[in-house]
Amino acid sequence: MLVSSASTVLFFAVIAVIVALSPGSEIVAKRFFSPHHLWQSLIGSGTNPSVLDAFLLNVEIFTISEVFILILALVIAVVRGIPGPVFFPFRLVAVAYTDLFRGVPLILILYMIGFGVPGLGLPFISYLPDVTYGVVSLVLVYSAYVAEVYRAGIESVHESQNAAARSLGLTRWQSMRFVVLPQAIRRVIPPLLNDFIGLQKDTALVSVLGSVEAARAAQIYSASEFNYASYVVAAFLFVLITIPLARFTDRLIARDKRRREAGALA
Amino acid sequence: MNPALLLENVHKSFGENEVLKGIDLTVEPHEVVCLIGASGSGKSTLLRCVNLVEPIDAGRVVVEGEEITAEGVDANRIRRRIGIVYQSYNLFPHMTVLRNITLAPREALKQDRTESEENARKLLERFGLLDKQYEYPDRLSGGQQQRVAIVRALAMRPHLMLLDEVTSALDPELVAEVLAVIKELAREGMTMLIATHEMSFARDIADRVCFLEAGHILEQGPPARIFTSPEHPRTRQFLGRIIEAGRL
Repeated sequence: MLVSSASTVLFFAVIAVIVALSPGSEIVAKRFFSPHHLWQSLIGSGTNPSVLDAFLLNVEIFTISEVFILILALVIAVVRGIPGPVFFPFRLVAVAYTDLFRGVPLILILYMIGFGVPGLGLPFISYLPDVTYGVVSLVLVYSAYVAEVYRAGIESVHESQNAAARSLGLTRWQSMRFVVLPQAIRRVIPPLLNDFIGLQKDTALVSVLGSVEAARAAQIYSASEFNYASYVVAAFLFVLITIPLARFTDRLIARDKRRREAGALA
Repeated sequence: MNPALLLENVHKSFGENEVLKGIDLTVEPHEVVCLIGASGSGKSTLLRCVNLVEPIDAGRVVVEGEEITAEGVDANRIRRRIGIVYQSYNLFPHMTVLRNITLAPREALKQDRTESEENARKLLERFGLLDKQYEYPDRLSGGQQQRVAIVRALAMRPHLMLLDEVTSALDPELVAEVLAVIKELAREGMTMLIATHEMSFARDIADRVCFLEAGHILEQGPPARIFTSPEHPRTRQFLGRIIEAGRL
């Protein structure tokens, strides 16, 4: 405890000294950490949007996206695992989907969906708010990742569990629903939350379609006030919501580890 | 009356490895048939092929006169009449004992909750497990888990039970409690096909013993004859080794 405190203090002291002694430290302090600008960008001023208000849009985007991602990814993962030649085209689509959306950078998907779909001029779906196309892009890309996480979980459940369920007369789907998926999902919650931490940050990219979310609001502030404190505020807000989720994930991992060890003893 | 189970010329390969090379076997209602033979002789594969958890390559499987290997037959429906218990119990670890037992009756037979739970509790009480109904499987001993697995199969009211080396994974002191349950089932007239390494158990319980060797049934007959005067030299050799090991 004493050693760890001492080493922590020393570590940050060294960094503080380096920053304080650097030739531009005074300017950086003014540009990035001015209390006045930190506060003004947080609550908004004049024509500048509040970074805090804008951040609520990020929260909205990732909350809605997560729900759709959890559902779509599960469908993809399950479809990919259906055996039998009849279902080959479905498996093919699922594989192509994950390959495509994991391979293309999110920002390109955002441009293609955000500018492409409205360009089609279709009734209704081409006239949605920008942020909707952002959510759709996030769902498409992250579902590909999360589907792979689910799939790893499904494959980690031993085949004998499925055999036991099928032997009892349950159908393939009943076995999946009652026996395999509940065990699979429990195992993949930590990596799943990890992906969601990534998603929370990537909501900032939705701004390329014109939505004023936290990063965009910070940019507007800095452009009109010639001060970067707004970026620090936005960064702080992102960290603020990420840390609880990260700690929660750590706790789940630790709990699983304890359970496995207890199970191994039994 | 139709036999409880009829296998005709059943073949099964895993890749290049042919495990079953034409099995013919009949099990009459209320008969207890034990499969003996060395590890790898095909006993477990044979049981898994009976309820088509492993699809077979050739041959017929007929359960109570209904061919489940025929085209367009709903194997799930027939499978419900066959209970199977595995060496490694395969209980569902995320469910309580009670839920393990009621899952299939509720989902496959569409029993309502009260009915399935009442039935499950009756079975648990009979096998001395009622106080474990709300426990999770990892809190039970191996013997208790295996007895729960047997109860889980019985809850489907099967006409035929397949037991796949159900005591092989157990500590020696837990074997007896599981064998007692099986003997009780035999007394009640349950039709059973049992793969086992417990020769003295097979001798006590079986109406007929089949010796499997390299994917064939080499010899079958009443235990008194198979264990005392086996005809086939391979059977004699196998039993000789068992006796040498002090297991019979």
